[in-house]
Amino acid sequence: MYRYDPYDQKIVDERVAQFRDQTRRYLAGELTDDEFRPLRLQNGLYVQRHAPMLRVAVPYGLLSSTQVRKLAHIARTYDKGYAHITTRQNVQFNWPELKIVPEILAELAGVEMHAIQTSGACIRNITSDPFAGVAGDEYLDPRPWCEVLRQWSTFHPEFAFLPRKFKIAVNGAHQDRAVIQCHDIGLELKRDAAGEIGFRVLVGGGMGRTPIIGEEINAFVPWQHIITYNEAILRVYNRHGRRDNLYKARIKILVKALGVAEFKRQVEEEWAFGKDGANTLTEAEVARVAAHFTTPAYETLPGEDAGYASQRAANTAFAAWARRNVLAHKVPGYAIVVLSLKNPATAPGDITAEQLDLVAEWADIYSFGEVRATHEQNLVLADVKQADLFALWEKARAAGLATPTFGLLTDIICCPGGDFCALANAKSIPIANAIQARFDDLDYLYDIGDLELNISGCMNSCGHHHVGHIGILGVDKNGEEWYQVSLGGAQGNHTSIGKVIGRSFAAAEMPDVISKIIDVYRAQRLDGERFIDTVRRTGLDPFKLGVYGEAAIIERKQHA
Amino acid sequence: MPKLIKNGRVIDDAAQFLALDEGQGPEALSLPDGPLFVPLAVWQAHRGALSGRAGLGVWLDSNENVDELEGDLDSIGAIALNFPKFTDGRAYSAAALLRSRYGFKGEIRAIGDVLRDQFFFMQRCGFDAIQPKAGKYSDAQLEEALASLKDFSTPYQAAIDQPEPLFRRAQRAA
Repeated sequence: MYRYDPYDQKIVDERVAQFRDQTRRYLAGELTDDEFRPLRLQNGLYVQRHAPMLRVAVPYGLLSSTQVRKLAHIARTYDKGYAHITTRQNVQFNWPELKIVPEILAELAGVEMHAIQTSGACIRNITSDPFAGVAGDEYLDPRPWCEVLRQWSTFHPEFAFLPRKFKIAVNGAHQDRAVIQCHDIGLELKRDAAGEIGFRVLVGGGMGRTPIIGEEINAFVPWQHIITYNEAILRVYNRHGRRDNLYKARIKILVKALGVAEFKRQVEEEWAFGKDGANTLTEAEVARVAAHFTTPAYETLPGEDAGYASQRAANTAFAAWARRNVLAHKVPGYAIVVLSLKNPATAPGDITAEQLDLVAEWADIYSFGEVRATHEQNLVLADVKQADLFALWEKARAAGLATPTFGLLTDIICCPGGDFCALANAKSIPIANAIQARFDDLDYLYDIGDLELNISGCMNSCGHHHVGHIGILGVDKNGEEWYQVSLGGAQGNHTSIGKVIGRSFAAAEMPDVISKIIDVYRAQRLDGERFIDTVRRTGLDPFKLGVYGEAAIIERKQHA
Repeated sequence: MPKLIKNGRVIDDAAQFLALDEGQGPEALSLPDGPLFVPLAVWQAHRGALSGRAGLGVWLDSNENVDELEGDLDSIGAIALNFPKFTDGRAYSAAALLRSRYGFKGEIRAIGDVLRDQFFFMQRCGFDAIQPKAGKYSDAQLEEALASLKDFSTPYQAAIDQPEPLFRRAQRAA
């Protein structure tokens, strides 16, 4: 993975000094709340219900074991002993004291980490495929490009006060695992017909209050020009994006208002000035960064480890875990392991300091000292030998990190919600835990099969509810917490936005509602048909009928 | 006298800013003597009379378009860009455009809700004059705030103050 050189280190060290002084001036009354707010947000520091919340950047989800140990240390020393993996592959601490945050940042800088631009109206942490470099369907490794873009976007002076936040994702494989269609800019790294490397550029996607799927603005921007092309998009947005209404300030609204053709015309007019300028990437720079992402020292192994096969045959619990949480690796004899953070006893995405230390240890023993965070709020050990899987599983199981439900109904994406977040309309963690408790029978879960259930506690959609096969949104009705259910959303190559099925529900009703939806699916599905495919085939009517009953449907039609 | 940060130093500045009252058109022209910034609309209405006047600048609000000055830049000594709120970042792009696309060599001054924690970004985008609101900072605070111009010593990306990105400026070891 990328390691800092003295330039990178200096920028992060100078940031610590800058924020230390800003915090000092705020506490001394020299900076008002309004003046300090964007400064702290651009350092990932929110003021939440109970305490400030600090969001630490994990660029494109990649962590070294040293960094994971530092996160454990911070959780233990400055927080309440745990951390939270976010849907932008970042890490959050829920309880740090404001005045101590500069100390935490200094600790992070010591392991080449920071909290730069993890919030605020600026270019945010760039996200990517958690299986980058190890997936069999990869065209090109997105990580060097993510790092190049990270450096370009870090303290970009022109784009620090955009109309609104700005999110970029990069994917370089046949399967989109980075939700690129729901980003302000989505980049698909690929080769053109001539074998040249470049990017298909999508723009104007996003979730939030107005979910929109991004549109292609350029089918292929050669790699040399990716910075200047991004700058052209950002400049058009910075100049012309709406600033009069927070809810209409994202680039997606500008793209919709202009139409993608006119937006593209403006971008390319702007690009004509920047193209071939100083920000044109050089082969030397790309090679320098790419050299950090070399192939690890894989052993030459048989494609199927004999011991692994017999361990699965002998142990059904291990076999279940292997079936769900172990994924194919491009190198024979290796596997990708998903360490689940969806233990029903804890909040989705939460991990304790002790677990973090263990994950770091396993990374060192089994996976070349690296860990990845996923936007689905799990951790990944990307390079585990098949022969080591059983030993790793035993340790992970003992530590509560081997819930064998990756990609199933209870592998819920869930924002922190009303338990922590000041923006939330409703709690989301208890809903996730109640659904996990209802669906605790593994055989039943396996029968239901691949299903993504996502929960957001408010319209900001941190829990990606719009692209959940089942999406749950917390809403406020006269001061009470209610939950709206949508069906048919999906991430990936066939991204779609879910549709709301009808009136919302009280928290206590939610497990029953999900049970009814699953019952409809199981009654309706064709042989081997996944949940999302059934919803797409049948439409919502059978599900509405199953959830609300005949009377509600008739009543609705009469009022329509 | 109002203070101004110019080229990294605090100096006194006598320039006045003409503003149109709400509903007031730019037609009537009664200008005080001395260094003066006029609104874009006044400049456009009186271009002929104002061209070449010593010490004359034009100021633009964040919703006004610097492209409209394209043909006039040889006749204007200074341009001030207003930050109605410090979180309105349009003037960063406006300054960068004036310097890069239009090659403007005169003063570009940041006015309005101008705070020290943004000085670094302003300087990078081509502002060579920075004027916080009168009374926002004491003289001593303003001197102290000069440090913010140097928050970062070696930025990554190309900008107006440093037209080459780090990867072209430095030999970075892999």
